[in-house]
Amino acid sequence: MGWYNKRLAKSIWVFHMSASPCNNCDIEILDLLTPKYDIERLGIKLVGSVRHADVILLSGVINQKVAPRVKKIYEQAAKPCFVVGVGTCPSGGCCFNDSYNIVEKREDVIPIDMYIPGCPPKPEAMIEGVAKLIGVLNG
Amino acid sequence: MKPEFVFYLLVFPGLLFTSVLGLLIGWVDRKVTARFTYRVGPPLFQNFNDFFKLLGKETIIVKEGVHSLFIVAPFIAFGVMVLISAIIGTALFYQYDLGADIIVVMYLLMIYSVMIILGGASTGNVYSSVGAGREIKLLLADELAFILICLVPIIKSGYQIKLDSILMAQVTNGAFIGSFSGLIAFIIGILCIQAKMALTPFSIPEAETELVEGPLMEYSGPPLAFWKLNQLMMYVAFPFLLILLFWGGFELIGIGILWAVLKYLSIVVLMIIIKNTNPRIRIDTALHFFWKIATPLAFIAIILAVFGY
Repeated sequence: MGWYNKRLAKSIWVFHMSASPCNNCDIEILDLLTPKYDIERLGIKLVGSVRHADVILLSGVINQKVAPRVKKIYEQAAKPCFVVGVGTCPSGGCCFNDSYNIVEKREDVIPIDMYIPGCPPKPEAMIEGVAKLIGVLNG
Repeated sequence: MKPEFVFYLLVFPGLLFTSVLGLLIGWVDRKVTARFTYRVGPPLFQNFNDFFKLLGKETIIVKEGVHSLFIVAPFIAFGVMVLISAIIGTALFYQYDLGADIIVVMYLLMIYSVMIILGGASTGNVYSSVGAGREIKLLLADELAFILICLVPIIKSGYQIKLDSILMAQVTNGAFIGSFSGLIAFIIGILCIQAKMALTPFSIPEAETELVEGPLMEYSGPPLAFWKLNQLMMYVAFPFLLILLFWGGFELIGIGILWAVLKYLSIVVLMIIIKNTNPRIRIDTALHFFWKIATPLAFIAIILAVFGY
């Protein structure tokens, strides 16, 4: 599987899933595609359909309304598919942590493989997170 | 059937050559697109990595929908692309007739579009179905103009429909693009190809922002890998067809190799430039363009060709 993982590490297609975010992380994710950061040089491409995705970028606290949809979208993805939580929200809930409407156990909704904390994380931090994922895939 | 046929079909102008060249030209496409937006662009073997990665992914078969058609469509389309590239390639590189003529190429190209329509419509997904419907409309729009411009080299070569005869007529009398009718037909041909490959001014079926790749939306794993490969193989087959019909083919001796590469790359880069400098048009605009502008121009080209201009 080493050969295949190297291919996977060089061609990560990213699906961007907003699970009730404040939209701040989404803007920063789109920054990755701009000429300044140009994530396509690492082979990373933003795709529109989750069937094509290798990595799901999850942003936002998962509230009770989107939780079943997040779960459904994760089940629709072709495996192997990794989930990266972007921002503080997927890991700690950030300032929304005590809200009445967020789900208690996020790990029951979707298994998150990696967190990139920050509110929002800088694009450099996201690239570093992706590079760490590539490093894990390369072994 | 002769043993060379297997070589033609599977190795040199056929499967292996077209796939590898298509994946490399896909890199040119992405790189030039990236340079247009002041980006760096992907590394050279990016499309190979994408292809092999998709081969190893899980294939998800949609519960509602026609399963057999869903699986079979990309592979039939791949077979059709291999056949088209083998037919065009043997005529172009060996001046040899594989037993097929230009009419067969037209039919096979239509089968390819039909496979996109069937594959997209078989999923039952709304976006895929809308994409398949738009593919039908685009096929209706560009097919007439495409057939008409294919008639121009037939008329100019003295009513020959064999691909190698058309090429031989150009070798003896000069390339058809030098004449007035050939030039008009060549320009309309590039636009028709743009529509057949669903590149950006006519990327109506696969509109990424509204239909998320349209007919390909529900595909994953190896079938998606073959759809992507088919799209890249068209970057080889269509420019070769244009060079064969209008631009006098390749002369693969000495400096001719450089000219061959330049001819091919100029068509591909022209297509990429058109793709990157134009917005996507609506389906009614595309129909208007092909039926009211391109088709009458193609008719004029045919009339000019009949009178020998």
